[in-house]
Amino acid sequence: MQMSLKRLRPHDGVPILIFLILAAIPVLALIRSEDYLLSLFERLMIFAIAALSLDLLIGYGGLISFGHAAFVGLGAYAVGILSAHGMHDAIIALPVALLSSALFAYVTGVVCLRTKGVYFIMITLAFGQMVFFTASSLAPYGGDDGLTIAARNTLGGFALFRSEGSLYYLIWGCLLGAYCFCRMLVGSRFGRVFRGAKENALRMETIGFNVYRFQLAAYVIAGMMAGLSGFLLANATEFVSPAYMSWQRSGDLIIMVILGGLGSLHGAIIGAGAYLLLEEWLSAFTEDWKVIFGPFLVLVVLFARGGLLGMGKGLVRRLSGG
Amino acid sequence: MSGALVFVQVLNGLQFGVLLFLIAAGLTLVFGVMNFINLAHGVQYMLGAYLAVTFYLMTASFLLAMVLALLAALAFGLLLELAVFRRLYDRDHLDHVIVTFGVIIFLDHGVKLVWGSAPLSLPIPDLFSGSVRLPGGILYPTWRLVIVAAGLATAILLYVLIAHTRVGMLIRAGATHAAMVSALGVNIRRLFTIIFGLGAMLAGFAGILIAPILSVEPGMGDTVLILAFVIVVLGGIGSIRGAFVAALVIGLVDTLGRSFSVDILRLVMGPSPARTIGPALASMLIYLLMAVVLYFRPTGLFPVKGR
Repeated sequence: MQMSLKRLRPHDGVPILIFLILAAIPVLALIRSEDYLLSLFERLMIFAIAALSLDLLIGYGGLISFGHAAFVGLGAYAVGILSAHGMHDAIIALPVALLSSALFAYVTGVVCLRTKGVYFIMITLAFGQMVFFTASSLAPYGGDDGLTIAARNTLGGFALFRSEGSLYYLIWGCLLGAYCFCRMLVGSRFGRVFRGAKENALRMETIGFNVYRFQLAAYVIAGMMAGLSGFLLANATEFVSPAYMSWQRSGDLIIMVILGGLGSLHGAIIGAGAYLLLEEWLSAFTEDWKVIFGPFLVLVVLFARGGLLGMGKGLVRRLSGG
Repeated sequence: MSGALVFVQVLNGLQFGVLLFLIAAGLTLVFGVMNFINLAHGVQYMLGAYLAVTFYLMTASFLLAMVLALLAALAFGLLLELAVFRRLYDRDHLDHVIVTFGVIIFLDHGVKLVWGSAPLSLPIPDLFSGSVRLPGGILYPTWRLVIVAAGLATAILLYVLIAHTRVGMLIRAGATHAAMVSALGVNIRRLFTIIFGLGAMLAGFAGILIAPILSVEPGMGDTVLILAFVIVVLGGIGSIRGAFVAALVIGLVDTLGRSFSVDILRLVMGPSPARTIGPALASMLIYLLMAVVLYFRPTGLFPVKGR
């Protein structure tokens, strides 16, 4: 513990602040008795996990996956389908959710990672669409309309997910775990090879690393994390639907990552937060909030390079007289 | 599954294919020459349809409406290029995706505000409103044949333009060696604007052609956009010929798959599972095809040399 505290650097302040704020939300919700805050921030943290895993691929590996929502959907459908057969325990549902998304990531990754650049974007999209159409045609599990989950998962028989408060902190814990894991991963030897392949794949090959295998491993890890977010999403909303894995949803995830700022991990959390809060806030104003949101995206890319995080850094630099 | 039915569905697939070609042609040029990912290309198709409906209501003449809608689609494409997209050519693909995604979100909802969210329709011009008796005694709607003819004519025009004119030569050169073309004193910015306008007009044309058959509604561009991208990637980015072949293949595979997947599956399994699996397999078929092609040929069927 002493060791890890010493290793904290000044710029760790932002992520710590983020997690403290997220931890304080239920208290705020209790004081102001606004229950919707809880479910809003549950959703926010769940998407943050998915965005984190996507940041791992895009920000650190240069692998722009346009089908990432498929993994979220797989995790969610694992919960939904098991529960439709009367299996409500997370001891079964969680491993199934993680393994099925990992398996899908492995099988598709073997194919996708043979291609590069735009071709990679399009082939991940193609696989995402395949899962989407498969889910839409699962007539016994709701088909297009989706599937309502009878009851949230239990954990080893305990109704941990059933109360909103404990579910909230469980998701918070998952986000923290995912964040720390990603942090550790990108700092490790594995992460350095993976990041090196983004800068110059040929050079990494020449040094003697099999880049393909590193990228495949990262793809599977990211897929599993997105599967975890799907598992949580199904439990939080008690509903699964093919809409979870539409290509627009994959686009949303990319936007979250860019909005926050690529390749910083906590930027992905900020991006997911900014996206969902903006959606919430704008839709309170007008039904046609997307008419405002679209141009906003254009302006962010044109004038705020590096996303919100980059904008914040620029502001700090200017204020400190740099 | 009679012969006549197969023939009709082949024609339908062909019609879908040429329509997709009109959309994919502009996309592959913009993609290949400018290296710009334009997700908002599908919106141009939607706008073409909406504009045609509006101008038809104003002029009551299909031909006039078509000409006006084409010009308006061109103007809008140029406006988008000059105002927004021009600033993005030297950015990376991710920025392209986000900005054009933003444009889609805006226009899909903007269209709702201007024209309402109820689907609109455009009548088929009287001259082509009937059916044609094909050899074998099948009646086939004339308008669908008009679409096939118009699409093929446009494909030939494009071929002549690209292969035998000066602009076409510059476009071909730009697709492989943009920096070199610019160094030789060609105004590459203007070339980009021309290509973008051309692509926007072709997509708009596809929208006008399909408006009498489909309902004109917000978001109608999103599904064809994904298909157009599949075609561009399948054909090889920047290759008009590749886009043409891939568009026909996708059009035929998708249409025939949807019509006959259940029947074919019933040969090997019971009717009930066939009815469940068939439609799912049919919607996946083109993506499956794309995955297989990219596995064996990671740069598409007709890769442009020099990229």
